Amino acid sequence: MEKYSGLSLVKHSLSHHENWERQWANPTPNKKYDIIIVGAGGHGLATAYYLAKVHGITNVAVLEKNHLAGGNIARNTTIVRSNYLWDESAALYEHSMKLWEGLSQDLNYNVMFSQRGVYHTCHTLGDMRANERLVHANQIQGVDNEMLTAEQLQKEIPTLDCSAGARYPIMGASVQRRAGNARHDAVAWGYARAASALGVHLIQNCEVTGMIIDGSNTIRGVKTKQYGEIRADRVGCVAAGNSGEMARMAGFEMPVESHPLQALVSEPIKPFLDTVVMSNHVHGYMSQSDKGDLVIGAGIDGWVGYGQRGSYPIIEHTIQAIVEMFPCTSRVRMNRQWGGIVDTTPDACPIIGTTPVKNMFMNCGWGTGGFKGTPGSGWAFAETLAQGKPGDLAAPFSMDRFVTGALIDEHGAAGVAH
Amino acid sequence: MLHIYCPHCCEYREEEEFHCKGQAHIARPLDPDNCSEQEWANFIFFRKNTKGQHQELWHHSAGCGKFFNVSRNTITYKIEQSYLLGTAPQPVLDVNKEGKA
Repeated sequence: MEKYSGLSLVKHSLSHHENWERQWANPTPNKKYDIIIVGAGGHGLATAYYLAKVHGITNVAVLEKNHLAGGNIARNTTIVRSNYLWDESAALYEHSMKLWEGLSQDLNYNVMFSQRGVYHTCHTLGDMRANERLVHANQIQGVDNEMLTAEQLQKEIPTLDCSAGARYPIMGASVQRRAGNARHDAVAWGYARAASALGVHLIQNCEVTGMIIDGSNTIRGVKTKQYGEIRADRVGCVAAGNSGEMARMAGFEMPVESHPLQALVSEPIKPFLDTVVMSNHVHGYMSQSDKGDLVIGAGIDGWVGYGQRGSYPIIEHTIQAIVEMFPCTSRVRMNRQWGGIVDTTPDACPIIGTTPVKNMFMNCGWGTGGFKGTPGSGWAFAETLAQGKPGDLAAPFSMDRFVTGALIDEHGAAGVAH
Repeated sequence: MLHIYCPHCCEYREEEEFHCKGQAHIARPLDPDNCSEQEWANFIFFRKNTKGQHQELWHHSAGCGKFFNVSRNTITYKIEQSYLLGTAPQPVLDVNKEGKA
C-alpha cells in the first residue's frame, strides 16, 4: 500500500495525478476462508480491518451484494458522539470515539473527523431532567458532556432560536464537545484500503443467498449467487437492514425490525452553523457540511420497510422542526432526499455476538445511530469473531438479553440523535 | 404517503391519521405463568421482519380509534388489503405467477 503523504502528493503531481495505485484489490474469491464477513459496509469493513490488524487473521473475505460502502454508510448524516446513558453502551461508544480520534492516522486516510461538538436542545422539563441525568452519568463514566443554559446556548449558536417566544421554547441544552462528524465515504474507503493491504479479500457483487449449515447446527460457509459455495470456519453477518434476511436463511428469528430512515441535504449556502444541533422534542437535527449544504435528519417511519425510501409526512415534520429551531433557514431549498434501511431493536442498542447456529455471529441492530459506532463496532465484532465468543465490550450486547431481560434501554440517549 | 383503508370507517384515509403497531397475528402464550423465558421473549420481542408481504396491526388513532390489520408489501409498500381483527387476509391472485390478475 502506497503511503499517502504530502510528499506522495508532490511526487504524483509530476505525472498529473494519473498514476495513483488502486485503493483496494478486486480478487476472485477462494473456495475457503477462516472467516467470512457478510456485508461490506462501514461496520463490515472495520471488522475486517481489526481482524487483520489486531488479531492477525487475514484469511478473511468480506462479501458484498452490491459495491462496497453503498448502503447505510453512504446514506447517514455522519454524526459521531458517545454520550450514552448506561455503562455498557457508554463503554462501547466511548471506545469508538477514542478510535475516531486517531482514525485518520491509523488508516493513513483522511476521514475528515471534525470535533465540532453536538448539542441536544431541551424544550421541556422532562428533556432537561433526562439530559441532566445523562450528563451526570457521563461524568461518572469519564465521557465529556455538559449542560448549558438557554443564554449560553444562544451565545454559542447565534442562529438558533432560543427566544421565549418560540413555539417550543428552548430551556437549555447538553453538549458533548468532543463529538462532531466525519466524511462517511472516506471512513469506509479508508477501512477497505487498509484491510485490503493487510490481505483481506473484498468481494463485491457477490450476493449471499443461503447459509451452509450441517447436521450439528454448525455453519460451514455461505451460498452465493455469483460464486457458488464459499466455505468458512466462522461467518459474521453485518448486514444492517438485511440482518433479518440473514437470520431467516439460517432459520431463526431476531428481535430486530427494519425501518426506513430518511435524510435531506439543501443547496449549498454560506457557512452559518459550525456545529451539530439536534432536538429530541421537535424531532430533527442539522449540521452544515464543508460544501455548505445543510445536512438534515429525520425520524424513522413507524412501519417495516425495505424500499430505501420513506414517507412524506416524516419529511414535512422534520422540516417543520428545523424551521422551528432555525427560522433563518425557512427559504433554503432542499437538493436531495433519500432513505436507508435501519435495523432497530426494542432497547435501541445493537446486537453483537453469537446466534443459535454455532460459529455464526451477528452484528446488527445499530438502528438509527450506527455511523458513530463504526470503529467500535468493528473492533468489538473482530474480537468476537477471532475468539469465537464476545469480549468484554460486546458481551452485554448479546441477543440473549431479550430472553434474560437484561436490556440496555437507550431510547433516551438514542432518541432522534443519530 | 400511504393511503390506508379503514375497515371500520369504510374509507381511505391518509397515513398520518394512523399508527402502525407492528406485526399482526402474534399469539400470546396461553399460559403465561408457565411458559419458558424463550417463549415469552418470542412473544414480546422476536419478529418476522418480513421482506415482502407483511401482515401488520394498525391503529386509526386520529380517526375512529379502532384497530385493524393491513397486508402490505414491505419492498414496494403497496397495500394489498385491510381486514378486521380476528379474521385472516383474503387470498389474492399473484399477478406475476398467474400471468393475469
